[in-house]
Amino acid sequence: MKHSLLTAATVACAMTTGGLSLSAHAADDYKLGLVTFLSGAASGPFGIPAKNAADLVIEAINDGTLPAPIQGKGIDGRQITPVYVDEAGGATKQTSEFRNLVERDGVDAVVGYISSGDCLAIPAVAEELKKLTVLFDCGTPRVFEEADYKYVFRTHSTASMDNIAAAHYVNDNVPELESVAGINQNYSWGHDSWRDFTETLKVLRDGDIEITTEQFPKLFAGQYGAEISALQVNSADVIHTSFWGGDTDAFVLQAAARGLLADNQVIFTAGETALNSLGEHLPDGAIIGARGPFGPFAPDSELNTWFQTEFTERFGTPPTFPAYHMAHALIGLKLAQDKAGVGASTEEVITAFEGLEFEGPGGKVEMSRGKGHQAATEMVYGRLERVDGEITFTDIVRYPADCVNPPEGTETVEWIQAGMPGAECN
Amino acid sequence: MKQLIAILVDGSVYASWLFIISAGLTLIYGVMRILNMSHGSFYALGAYSGAAMVGWYFSTGSVPWFSFVALIGAALVAGITVGLLVERGLLRFMYGRDEVVMILVTYAVLLIMEDAIKLIWGVEPYFAYQPYTMLGRTKFAGLSFANYDFMLIGVSILIGLALWYGLNRTRNGKLLRVVIHDREIAGALGINVSRIFTITFLIGAGIGALAGALTAPGLSVVPGMGIEVIVLAFAVVVIGGLGSISGALVGALIVGMARATAVHLYPEVELFVIYAVMGLVLAFRPQGLFAVANARKI
Repeated sequence: MKHSLLTAATVACAMTTGGLSLSAHAADDYKLGLVTFLSGAASGPFGIPAKNAADLVIEAINDGTLPAPIQGKGIDGRQITPVYVDEAGGATKQTSEFRNLVERDGVDAVVGYISSGDCLAIPAVAEELKKLTVLFDCGTPRVFEEADYKYVFRTHSTASMDNIAAAHYVNDNVPELESVAGINQNYSWGHDSWRDFTETLKVLRDGDIEITTEQFPKLFAGQYGAEISALQVNSADVIHTSFWGGDTDAFVLQAAARGLLADNQVIFTAGETALNSLGEHLPDGAIIGARGPFGPFAPDSELNTWFQTEFTERFGTPPTFPAYHMAHALIGLKLAQDKAGVGASTEEVITAFEGLEFEGPGGKVEMSRGKGHQAATEMVYGRLERVDGEITFTDIVRYPADCVNPPEGTETVEWIQAGMPGAECN
Repeated sequence: MKQLIAILVDGSVYASWLFIISAGLTLIYGVMRILNMSHGSFYALGAYSGAAMVGWYFSTGSVPWFSFVALIGAALVAGITVGLLVERGLLRFMYGRDEVVMILVTYAVLLIMEDAIKLIWGVEPYFAYQPYTMLGRTKFAGLSFANYDFMLIGVSILIGLALWYGLNRTRNGKLLRVVIHDREIAGALGINVSRIFTITFLIGAGIGALAGALTAPGLSVVPGMGIEVIVLAFAVVVIGGLGSISGALVGALIVGMARATAVHLYPEVELFVIYAVMGLVLAFRPQGLFAVANARKI
């Protein structure tokens, strides 16, 4: 009896102190799971800039130094403590890591995922564990087109927007356009990008467009000699590529050395990340996209000036679109929590997040698709032009969100093939 | 005609690149019976050390042409030094173990080296494009080719000739062939098999690093690049026959030409065609085109 009492007392003490400890911990910080590539080929161009942006923005949120209209320190009255996880390893590993974040680390929310494969795998687990999750960079439209989610949000547009806008741009800005060729990576990103681009062009031109060649080299192939020759043999008025990261770098280097970029009009839908490193190899006239109004296309606002200045000073290079995507995800999460109020439940934060409109460093974000869980933003393209050796942009065209994003409740391909009804482009 | 020229040139360039990558891999297997998974890491090591050295070299404002010496020299020094550490510090304690064990050991080396490379150079991309662009380009038949790629063909021929000469026309090469044929008898005849193994591994690691250095100017050097190429290199040596230098040459040519043909004529099967060729060869010659099937010793 004495032994049982002692045991019970010990357990009670442990539970009490543990409980107190947990309560105190919860009052102290807002644990935020942050998942981005910290290793592998996507880390340099995407994962690390995103992590840098997270470090910068979280510090500013904690200190309450973000420019207006964002106010107040921390999230939910608490300081944010990030818990970083490497996204490398594939979707199966990431679902386990997500469970670890929620069940072991006890995070309050998760912001993460660059890979579309991970973005398709994580939402089901987030729903099961009832954990607020913000997808920050992946492009696949399938996340909210194929399912509805309560706990999952995405604060940037899908990749469809990039390619629908690209088709508009070349149709309007390339004189005597008759043919296009494509070089895109051989996985869903590349195939979907090329499909959305060509299908939109067919609609815009009543089918009057010739496709001279479609190249789909392996992801991270690195060697594009044969593809560049094929693009030279099957010459087209415009070459479309959605290459990203190291593949963009390799293609730019090899294509520039062979004169392909100087002799042909190329549109890089995600080419902005190569500007800082290989801008000197891109010829004047190259059409560049930044997956939204980011980097050189970001609006002239106090928030963007702060973001660009602080990021460049701290990390030695200007922020690229993955950094903007991360900043938008964190700011969206903070504003939703602020709107719901201190001490709000997850359900109340979700209600506040749904349909939220806010200004980030990359301009206006409208959570207007996917039943209020999927953002729509404007898309921008421009032509590279050197002025006194400095890279600038000319012929910049901004496409409103409702011009290049399918309306609520429609699937991208069906919408494009139906002639993009309801698109508001003026 | 234009397309045919493009296929032949592209196929040759790609085959040259593949041969330089796979020559070291097949040499190590031929002599040491080690399917060296860490070969990809030596490739990455060569790329990083070469790119870093070229970046530093151009920052000094020195004569551009000597950047080739910096590129290749840095890679060879790094490859041979780390190769010596791996062979003397780890592999020599494992000799005689089952081939599967050696695959696991070298895979562990690959993982360690990948992380070591990240610790040294970080995850930001490195560029060494100056050697690629300074050679200019050649136009013919309405096509434009980078002269650097033609240089790759020349280097691969030189490596092939050097290996052939070294193996067939030198004393050490003959000793090495004895070890390839039967390491136990070689040892019994007084040949220092351990020394032959060390030299072979250093040559293989050096060629792997050289391949990375020669590739670096045409792309951005990023983490994971070594893992990407190792699969291709295995496909080449399996087609040619594990351990056969001439097999690696023919395997590289077959893969290079098949891929170039697919890219130009059937781009949708570009990735498939490499492994289709491999499957076809293995269906009729399970040991590869040039390897001799050996009876297992008991």
